[in-house]
Amino acid sequence: MSAQDIAIVGYAQSPSWERAELTEVQFLFPVIADAIAMANIDRRAIGFTCAGSCDYLSGQTFAFVSNLEAVGAWPPISESHVEMDGAWAMFEAWIALQHGDIDIALAFGSGKSSPGDPAQIYPLQMDPYTLTPLGADPTSLAALQARALLDSGRITEREMAEVAARNRHDAIGNPYAQVSGEVDVGALLATPYVTAPMREHDLPPFSDGACAVIMATAEKAREICENPVWIRGIDHRIEIHQPGMRDLRESPSTATAGRGAGVGDGPVDIAELSVAYTHQEKILKEALGLGDGVKINPSGGPLTANPMMATGLSRIAEAARAIQRGDAKRAVAHATSGQPLQQNLVCVLEGDS
Amino acid sequence: MSAQPCAIVGIGQTKHKKRRDDVSLPGLVREAAQRALDDAEMTWTDIDAIVLGKAPDPFEGVMMPELSMADALGAAGKPILRVHTAGSVGGSTAIVASNLIRTGRHERVLTVAYEKQAEGNAQWGLAGGRSGGMGAGGIFAPWMRSFMTRTGSPAHIGPMVAVKDRRNAAKNPYAHLQMPNLTLEEVLDSPMLWEPIHWHESCPSSDGACAMVLTTETIAAGAARPPAWVLATAMRSELGMFPGRDPVRPLAGVECAHAVFDAAGITNPIEQIDVSEIYVPFSWYEPMWLEGHDLVGPGEAWKLIESGDTNIGGKFPVNPSGGVLSSNPIGASGMLRFAEAALQVRGMAGEHQVDGATVAFGQAYGGAAQYFAMWVVGATLDAVDRKK
Repeated sequence: MSAQDIAIVGYAQSPSWERAELTEVQFLFPVIADAIAMANIDRRAIGFTCAGSCDYLSGQTFAFVSNLEAVGAWPPISESHVEMDGAWAMFEAWIALQHGDIDIALAFGSGKSSPGDPAQIYPLQMDPYTLTPLGADPTSLAALQARALLDSGRITEREMAEVAARNRHDAIGNPYAQVSGEVDVGALLATPYVTAPMREHDLPPFSDGACAVIMATAEKAREICENPVWIRGIDHRIEIHQPGMRDLRESPSTATAGRGAGVGDGPVDIAELSVAYTHQEKILKEALGLGDGVKINPSGGPLTANPMMATGLSRIAEAARAIQRGDAKRAVAHATSGQPLQQNLVCVLEGDS
Repeated sequence: MSAQPCAIVGIGQTKHKKRRDDVSLPGLVREAAQRALDDAEMTWTDIDAIVLGKAPDPFEGVMMPELSMADALGAAGKPILRVHTAGSVGGSTAIVASNLIRTGRHERVLTVAYEKQAEGNAQWGLAGGRSGGMGAGGIFAPWMRSFMTRTGSPAHIGPMVAVKDRRNAAKNPYAHLQMPNLTLEEVLDSPMLWEPIHWHESCPSSDGACAMVLTTETIAAGAARPPAWVLATAMRSELGMFPGRDPVRPLAGVECAHAVFDAAGITNPIEQIDVSEIYVPFSWYEPMWLEGHDLVGPGEAWKLIESGDTNIGGKFPVNPSGGVLSSNPIGASGMLRFAEAALQVRGMAGEHQVDGATVAFGQAYGGAAQYFAMWVVGATLDAVDRKK
């Protein structure tokens, strides 16, 4: 059965903070309120809500429960939660809209990663018997992936630095970005390695932040929104966990999800990809079959704003914004989970034409 | 678009135990999943998508375990979702999986939930780590006491539930606690944990997993064993703490029950439901949910229990499997309720089968009694209509 048309009718993001002064629920409040205001709906019109967050970032069990406060779950609401990036919460909410018994759904992702040390926390994502004890942290695994790509001659360290410089340039003027500015590629290459072959500019910030997206069925979207952004396809896939069993230079799960979402069914103007490490832009572009004419991460991308558990959903919000601003007719948004690029979600968005 | 029928054609669970040192985390999950696949007469490659649920990751110390379990679950190349809605998660996970069938997104979905409590210290996690100490029982105890006061329930009702569930568990080879001879006196003589909850009125800590294979009407037509049909699902959440809330009878629980019964076409739950599997981690939650879901009127639940009507063979059997009071692998406990409800309408519950059950109710709750997940399953798609 073909999917029913669903549109994005509202979205909002918090700034990406290196260390937010507010609690997670506090910075979620205005994000959800802003998304509802943009959709021009009453909060009670939301038929289903799905949240994405991670207990481990807060270092406490049931951390997500307090986020219900930001939704205003009274009277009671129909609601669920994924221990994943908000992009997967959006997928679950999109499925709920396919039923046809509700017409508006809210998805959000949020994380306050600053209290923890990523190098200590993220190895807990890896196989607990063989990889966690090795301290397999995201930077080390990304470095292995970058090394494999460099060794195969498909990228150079200069090209990696060029991704960083372009992202920082593009992030100028993006109110949600944490890192931005004009930088010289040569100067970047003169800096020392953090974990060879990764230099500081090849690595993302680990930000605090949140993102919310409101979707509606086709009929409802046309009723409440002048320029809805249509979700033409959405798919997600995972691949083998053990990095040693994977060809890290490829992202077959992204490629499969991209086909499932219909990336190749039309021209793509821009792509907001979860490129948290500079070399991954190359891998993801190839997996999605995006040509050189496609503008990648015009928002600056995760290398400039990386709110944990909201980075993927922010790609979708940024792509929707670019379409509504008239910068693109058809856009691809991508979210990732696990190390390095183990699980991937691809979403194709289009404006009214 | 109206929902397409969703059939449950495979159900598997592990033997629930204090410690499963003989299996790894993926090994535990795979044991339940393989049994569900065997029941469905399917293989790993037949599965289109996987939905995994469990309670907080810090219970085992593995963050986002769907990532490291992807290989063991045969998930490579497929979609996998990870649900977490506190204690209700096993139920919510099954509902998310059923939506993938009902919306036509997939044709064969494997859903799995687990907890391996012996890997960590769930009580520490539930109690707020070093800062806490109440635990789940400490949070719920005053609400149970309040329920007793409001309804005039005699003090032996909770202990009666404990005796019933433990004796039922003796008929379920997968149940953790096996106490076929437990008496009311032994429950009353056991240590008081959190007044009014005695030791024997509290759930155990278990290692265990549960899995189901869900599929379409077309594929279910060729199933080797009778399927169970998902007739309706509902989820509701509310804030855990604010002055306007009634934690003894949470509005989310009332509204969730009405939503799921309405969607299933149930007009008289106590007459039209043959058997219920309800999340009862502490004995008093059986009467609390009987009233909290409007299955019986205020002050009526204790009478139903005292008369033996919630026993197997009674008017309204509750937790013939032994329930959460006998096995509590937290993340899986909700899915076990949903799966046991399905086993009943399939006529496959073995010694704890309720004769002739065709409509069953599965329920799970979580957090500060603020998250609810429910489903109604039937032996046929018109099982409720046949009751009228």
